[in-house]
Amino acid sequence: MKVIVCAGPPTSGKTTVLKQVIKKLLKKNCVPSYLKIDVQFADEDQLFASEFNIPTKKIYSGDLCPDHCNVIVLGDAITWAQNNNSEILLVETAGLCLRCSPYIEHSLGMVVLEATSGANLPRKIGPMLTLADVAVVTKIDLISQAEREVFRANIYNAAQVPVIETNALHGINIDYIMRIIDKMEEIKEPSQLRGNPPIGTCTICVGKKEIGKESHFGVLRPLESDIFYRGE
Amino acid sequence: MEEIKKITIQSGVGKFGDNEDKIDNIELKMGQVVSIVGPTGSGKTNLINDIALFANRNTPSNRRVLINDALPPSEYIEDPSKNPVSYITQHTNFLSDLPVYKFLSIHAKIRNGHSNNDAVVEETLDFANKLTGEPINKDGSMTALSGGQTRSLLISDAVVIGNSPIILLDEIENAGIHRTRALELLRNYKKIFIFVTHDPRITLLSDFRVIMKNGAIQNLITTNENEKKAVLTIKNIDDLMLELRMLIRDGQYINPQFIRSKIVHCLSTIDGSGSGSDKNQDFSDVPDFHNIHNVQNVQNVQNAQNAQNIQNIHKELN
Repeated sequence: MKVIVCAGPPTSGKTTVLKQVIKKLLKKNCVPSYLKIDVQFADEDQLFASEFNIPTKKIYSGDLCPDHCNVIVLGDAITWAQNNNSEILLVETAGLCLRCSPYIEHSLGMVVLEATSGANLPRKIGPMLTLADVAVVTKIDLISQAEREVFRANIYNAAQVPVIETNALHGINIDYIMRIIDKMEEIKEPSQLRGNPPIGTCTICVGKKEIGKESHFGVLRPLESDIFYRGE
Repeated sequence: MEEIKKITIQSGVGKFGDNEDKIDNIELKMGQVVSIVGPTGSGKTNLINDIALFANRNTPSNRRVLINDALPPSEYIEDPSKNPVSYITQHTNFLSDLPVYKFLSIHAKIRNGHSNNDAVVEETLDFANKLTGEPINKDGSMTALSGGQTRSLLISDAVVIGNSPIILLDEIENAGIHRTRALELLRNYKKIFIFVTHDPRITLLSDFRVIMKNGAIQNLITTNENEKKAVLTIKNIDDLMLELRMLIRDGQYINPQFIRSKIVHCLSTIDGSGSGSDKNQDFSDVPDFHNIHNVQNVQNVQNAQNAQNIQNIHKELN
C-alpha cells in the first residue's frame, strides 16, 4: 500500500487537490482510503464518502497538535486502510504550528500552498515544505506571471522539491501529481517520522498560565537574547 | 533550449463532448499576432488555457498542443524559467504591495540570475508607460496601481523581463490601454501573441482570427487587405468615443457639431478621401458605417453599447 500525506495551511486547497487526485485514481479502478485530521471542524470525510463512495475517516486532534496526532493515529490508520483493501491511503492534515512536519518515511509528502498567499509563504512554513517530496501550488490563475515566478523561486530557495502549479478547481496539471503517485514507493514498516520534532514541551503546554519567564521552567527565552534551559 | 518556431493546436471537442473542432491543425508561427473571438462562453478562455498548459489530451477539450511539431519538453512545466508562455488572464492581478521598482527588480533577478537589472527594469516601466495613459509611479506600491496601469505593467513585464516567446492576453481591451499603440509596439518584439478579444481593432490588427462557438473551433479567418484598411475607420470611431468620454469626465458639454465633424472624418476614411486609404480600392465587404447600429447578432456588450451610442449620435444629428 502507498501512503500519501497531504499538508498545507488552512484554505490552501488541499481538499480540492485531493478531490481531483481521487477522481483520477477511481478512473484507474484504484479505491483509496481517506483520513482527515483536523483540529476542531472538518466535513471532508462526509463529502468524500458521498461523492466518491470510498472509505473515509475523520479525527479531531483536540488537545494534541494535529501533526503529532497524525503520527500517533497513523499506525492504526494504515491497518484500517489495509483492511479496506485500499491500494492507497490519503491523509489530509492541517499542520498548524509549522515547527514539525507530518511526513513519514516511505510515504509521499505533499505540501499544498496557494499562490495567492504572498511570495514569502515558502520561507515561513518550515519543515512542512522542506521535508515534503512535492509542493503543489494552487490558484495559479489568480496572480500575475511575475508573482508566480517569484513564489516558485522562493519555494526553490527554501526546499529542493519539485513544484507543480495547478488550478485544482479546474483539474489543471493534476496529471503531474498522478505521475509522481505512480512512481512512489510502498509503505514499509516500521515507518517513522521524517524530521526531528521540535525541541520540547513547555510549561504552558502543561497548564501554567502565568506570563513571564520567571514563572516557567524547561526551555525558555527572554525577549532580548537566545533560548536557555532552567531546571534539572 | 530549442528556439520556438511555431505552435500547433491539434483539434479536440467543445462543450458536451459531441461538438468537434472544425479545424484539425492550427499553426501559429513566431512573430504572428492571433486573435481568438466568439461570444461569451464560446470557449475562448479554454482554448487559451490549453495553450498555456501545453494540453496533451488531458484537458476537458481533449486538444493537444505541439511546439515545433513535437510534444513540448517536460522542463517547460517543471522549470518556471524555461516556461515559454506568459499568460495574462482576466483575473490576473498583482497581490504584492512592494514598490513597483523593487518588485520588478526581484522578478528580473529571478529571470536573469543576476542583480544588475536596472536597464531592463527601466525598459519595462518605459514600455508600460507607453501602453497606459497614466504614468506609473515607480516608487508607489504595486497594489495602488489603477486597472489600466496594472494591465500595462503585466504586459510589459511579460514581454520585457519575462521575455517569453509566447504571450497570451485575455481581454486586455477592458482596461484602459492604448490598443493600436499596444499592437504596434508588441509587433516590435518577435513573439507569438495570442489575444482573446471582443475588440474589432485588436482582431483586425491580428494576422488571423480563430472563431469559437459552443466550446469548439469553428473557423480560421486571415485578415484581408480591406479589413486592414477598415482598422483606421474603427480606430477613428473608437477614438471619437474615447474623446467624448474624456470630455464628459472633464466636466464639459458635448457639442453635436463636434461629433458631426468627427463622423465626417470617419466616413472619409471609408470612401477613400481620408488619410491612409486608396480611392480606387473596392471596399464592398467593409461594413457600412451608416448601418452599424443595424448589425444583427451584436454579441458583445461593449459593441452593443458602442452601436447604441452611435445610434444616439445619429438621432442627435438628425
